[in-house]
Amino acid sequence: MSNERVQLAHGSGGKLSHDLIKNVMWPAFANEILGEMNDGAQLDISGCRLAFSTDSYVVKPLFFPGGDIGKLAVCGTVNDVAMNGALPLYLSAGFVLEEGFPIADLQRIVASMQQAAKEAGVHIVTGDTKVVEKGAVDGIYINTAGIGKIMNHVHISGKNALPGQNIILSGYLGEHSLAVMGERHGLQFPQSVRSDCAPLNGLVEAMLTAVPKVAVLRDPTRGGLATTLNEIALQSGVGIMLEETHIPISSAVQAACDILGFDPLYLANEGKMIVFVEPESTNQVLDIMQQHVYGSEARVIGTVVKEPRGQVGLRTRIGGVRLLDMLVGDQLPRIC
Amino acid sequence: MLSMTNEEVKKAAAFFTREIEKLASGRSLRFMEVCGTHTVSIFKSGIRQLLPETVELVSGPGCPVCVTPNEYLDTAIAYSRKSDVMITTFGDMLKVPGSSSTLAKEKAQGSDIRIVYSSLEALDFAAKNPDKKVIFLAVGFETTSPTAAAAILMADEAHLANFYVLSAHKLVPPALRALLASGESHVDGFLLPGHVSAIIGLQPYDFLSREYHIPGVVAGFEPLDILQAVYMLMLQIHEQTARLENQYSRIVPKEGNPSACRILSQVYQQTDAVWRGLGKIPNSGMSIREKYQAFDALLNIPIIVEETKEASQCQCGKVLRGLLQPSACLLFGKACRPEHPIGSCMVSVEGTCAAWYKYGAGRWQV
Repeated sequence: MSNERVQLAHGSGGKLSHDLIKNVMWPAFANEILGEMNDGAQLDISGCRLAFSTDSYVVKPLFFPGGDIGKLAVCGTVNDVAMNGALPLYLSAGFVLEEGFPIADLQRIVASMQQAAKEAGVHIVTGDTKVVEKGAVDGIYINTAGIGKIMNHVHISGKNALPGQNIILSGYLGEHSLAVMGERHGLQFPQSVRSDCAPLNGLVEAMLTAVPKVAVLRDPTRGGLATTLNEIALQSGVGIMLEETHIPISSAVQAACDILGFDPLYLANEGKMIVFVEPESTNQVLDIMQQHVYGSEARVIGTVVKEPRGQVGLRTRIGGVRLLDMLVGDQLPRIC
Repeated sequence: MLSMTNEEVKKAAAFFTREIEKLASGRSLRFMEVCGTHTVSIFKSGIRQLLPETVELVSGPGCPVCVTPNEYLDTAIAYSRKSDVMITTFGDMLKVPGSSSTLAKEKAQGSDIRIVYSSLEALDFAAKNPDKKVIFLAVGFETTSPTAAAAILMADEAHLANFYVLSAHKLVPPALRALLASGESHVDGFLLPGHVSAIIGLQPYDFLSREYHIPGVVAGFEPLDILQAVYMLMLQIHEQTARLENQYSRIVPKEGNPSACRILSQVYQQTDAVWRGLGKIPNSGMSIREKYQAFDALLNIPIIVEETKEASQCQCGKVLRGLLQPSACLLFGKACRPEHPIGSCMVSVEGTCAAWYKYGAGRWQV
């Protein structure tokens, strides 16, 4: 790998990203906590269980229908913390700014971060600002890190999937990717195609308060539903079988995907989550999710099966079954 | 068909599957789907599993990126290394291996390569970057060539002096004729691409039944369209007849789209073209007419291209002629994977090997 160069697809969240982490990052940083490969680190500090996560945001364009880089930077990290079964509390914010970037745009982005933080009930308590010469970054990049308290009796991990569990998806897929993409390329999509970017910690808290025994929680961001489920299948050593007709995809998103040659199952989402839960708790979890604004379209989309291990299958609309593989290339770079 | 409920779709699929099985009654049949979009739809919907084992679908030379020869890629790569050139291309082309590099690698090393979703976007890049020679990689069949032709006409009208096209446009019917003339591919019927016929109509495929006595059905791309088209082929075989039929009549008029054809022939003329795997086929390509030669990259921007080399064990050629199913290639899924493709059929999302790999044929055990 040492002769190679970084390609855009190394940042896609798919197979090449995994290879890069496995071959370059992991050998340098290997430790037990990192090895859990969850959406963030789960720490035990003197008996206090914390979740800690970080993410950098390079989305292009900076403003898009349904959100902007600021809202994304807060919600993305809040969600990564929440997906560990934690209540996010504090965030850091690091800005890398390009010389010449309009202060008015920065103010708009910061205001949007504040608003998202307020909705999520988190505080931005530390930060950093760097400015680089024109051309060294594209306007603005933001890094956020977040810390939260893991809820009592909650043990979430990508390794917890077991045959028989139901898989719930909280709502419609693909909106974020298409909204960003439409804005970037000046494509005219229906008004309904807006980024789903939203903080999910409220939904997670409501659900886990009632049903602490949820097995797996994950937000299908880069690489989409397909890649996220493949990761879980591999981590847990189980198979996953989905029903195509149960997966919520709006007709606007489907039509846009058909035209552009995208598969909505691989498109990034910024306000959706996947929940693995035992059959006896499924209805209770569904009820709670459907009462929440960010889970109103929640439904069971498939189940965990024993075989084939590490693979995800999809039963299609016409009754065939096919493999749903991990994302390989990059459908859309710089989506978050 | 989009308005059908899930239950109705399932019921219709079950009907076609049952009838196909009855008509096949154990007979071994090979149907070729010519188009990459069909290949993807077939795999994506799991159609192969629904068909009887004796009815085999093989893919033909219908994925535009796949049939583009190394020489073209080497030329594009050589252009991309020139500092005053900006390459605009559909994203599919980036990873296709040329003789010794790919556009993706060149991009990582600093070449100015932009992904576009239409030829008109390339035109936009040219207008906004007057200091660059903007070359559009015009790859595709009759479905995309009219838009490249339209871009040239618009560039002409706008007097854009820095927009160029590197044309590798190809025509489907001559390739099928070459395939049949070679006599090496045994095919019992053709599933023909509906969107190509939406442009060229039905007539160019007449020779299939008239000269070769092979049934053909112009088909749509929904899973049910394809199942119905297979059923229509089976009926013809059962009746021991060979006709050209139109399953996709809701989109495809018999005469196609005359105004798109007019634009196409205004800008382009038919020429011999080299296809990966099939070699040179007479009158199967499109070159820019003399009147618009100012937009032809090859004629206006001098370039030295490295000597073309082919990957030694790659079987894309045989796959593209329907002689070999991907899983029978020794490289498939081992040395050749989507993240490390050796042949073009593993690169394009519409490539046969990529579809086999991605949707699990040979890898997914139920």
